[in-house]
Amino acid sequence: MTDTVMDTPTGLPEHPMPRATGCPFDPPPALKDLQAERPVSRVRIWDGSSPWMITRHEDVRALLGDPRISADPRRPGYPHRSAATRERDRTRNTLLTTDDPEHARLRRMVTAPFAIRKVEALRPSVRRIVDDLIEEMLAGPNPTDLVEAFALPLPSLVICALLGVPYEQHDFFQRHSRVLVHRASTREELLASSEALTDYLDGLLAAKLADPADDVLSTLAVERVATGELTRRQAAETGVLLLVAGHETTANMIALGTLALLRNPDQLALLRDRDDPKLVASAVEELLRYLNIVHSGRRRVALEDIEIGGELIHAGDGVIFANDIANRDPGAFPDPDRLDLTRDARRHVAFGYGVHQCLGQPLARVELQVAYSTLYSRIPTLAPATDFDQLEFKHDGFVYGVYELPVRW
Amino acid sequence: MRVEVDQPKCVASGQCVLVAPQVFDQDDEGTVQLLDATPGPELDEDVRESAAICPAAAIRLVEA
Repeated sequence: MTDTVMDTPTGLPEHPMPRATGCPFDPPPALKDLQAERPVSRVRIWDGSSPWMITRHEDVRALLGDPRISADPRRPGYPHRSAATRERDRTRNTLLTTDDPEHARLRRMVTAPFAIRKVEALRPSVRRIVDDLIEEMLAGPNPTDLVEAFALPLPSLVICALLGVPYEQHDFFQRHSRVLVHRASTREELLASSEALTDYLDGLLAAKLADPADDVLSTLAVERVATGELTRRQAAETGVLLLVAGHETTANMIALGTLALLRNPDQLALLRDRDDPKLVASAVEELLRYLNIVHSGRRRVALEDIEIGGELIHAGDGVIFANDIANRDPGAFPDPDRLDLTRDARRHVAFGYGVHQCLGQPLARVELQVAYSTLYSRIPTLAPATDFDQLEFKHDGFVYGVYELPVRW
Repeated sequence: MRVEVDQPKCVASGQCVLVAPQVFDQDDEGTVQLLDATPGPELDEDVRESAAICPAAAIRLVEA
């Protein structure tokens, strides 16, 4: 073995690693070095433990799809994001924190609304929301913050309508959602926001149970809670997942994607000038690959000894999947650091991989397709209203993005 | 080429339907449905891509 130095506690690279100054779209350079030099290697995380880091595209897909890998954070060795999430996940029993067969049972209860046909049926209403938001933005102050005016309200309105959550309460759920996806949230903040949202969804489920409407929460209440398949608490936890994942991720993709396009005017021009649904679809996949906003690594723990990339991962070892750098793997995507809307990026792992791959991805695709294909053609003069180096990025977030994106037109 | 799908494995990501709608569909729950088990060679590339991006490895291709 030649890895004596690397394996001493002080010799391991710390995760998360910083991005390079001035390169907010690129993963940390240290991660790129790991991928090139030692694609399966140990890193040190906040609690002093040293989980494995998987950095190559091929290895990420192989292992995330491997039933010998568990997503259950209650298992010893699981590499927690923070003390706060470790505490919260002790009691949570959701499709994110269970393995098959329980995971499959929970997931199947909420797959129906995200079937392609159902999501396609929502496209006209997504278009209407996009058109209305753009109208309002154009009628309002110039410059304005694109996050507040467009990127955040669009997915919030869509997921609210789908779930049956009153959008008027968006200040409340957006505020608590931000705490949940903020890596630096204290244990108390995270638990309080998690509880506040779960209680809120629990209350909505009780109301739907008494007076069902045509929405996902009503279906959960009537078909799963009333039948005893789920406790109301479990249904509420599922509702929180759908609500938070349903707007935080897409909102960041819209704003950060817009910034990336404004910084790559040739690519923006392609999207704006060509009225081609195929190009739009391909652009969405490429922006998902290039930006990979869920950037703090997917977390798992090995159930058995697994050999990969010349290393032996032992049963009980924590494993972190660096999907951001996997999406920049030159072995999978030629010239990976170039944003190229015409490339075939469909094999990206921005939605994860394996049985836990993003449940809402068909909806995210439709929202992003409509947003990117409408915003720049409706506002062809859209431009940043602040210096690039003045923008604040969510380095500390579980989901990456910009806090604000001031734009003018 | 013959296509086989493993419905219990399917996690309803829907990507096969987007890539090869002539071959794959979903039921009301989003679970994969096979429309054509022996698609013509013109669909080879799409079918292979569908199998490759399926996150649950629920699509199996048997070469003729």
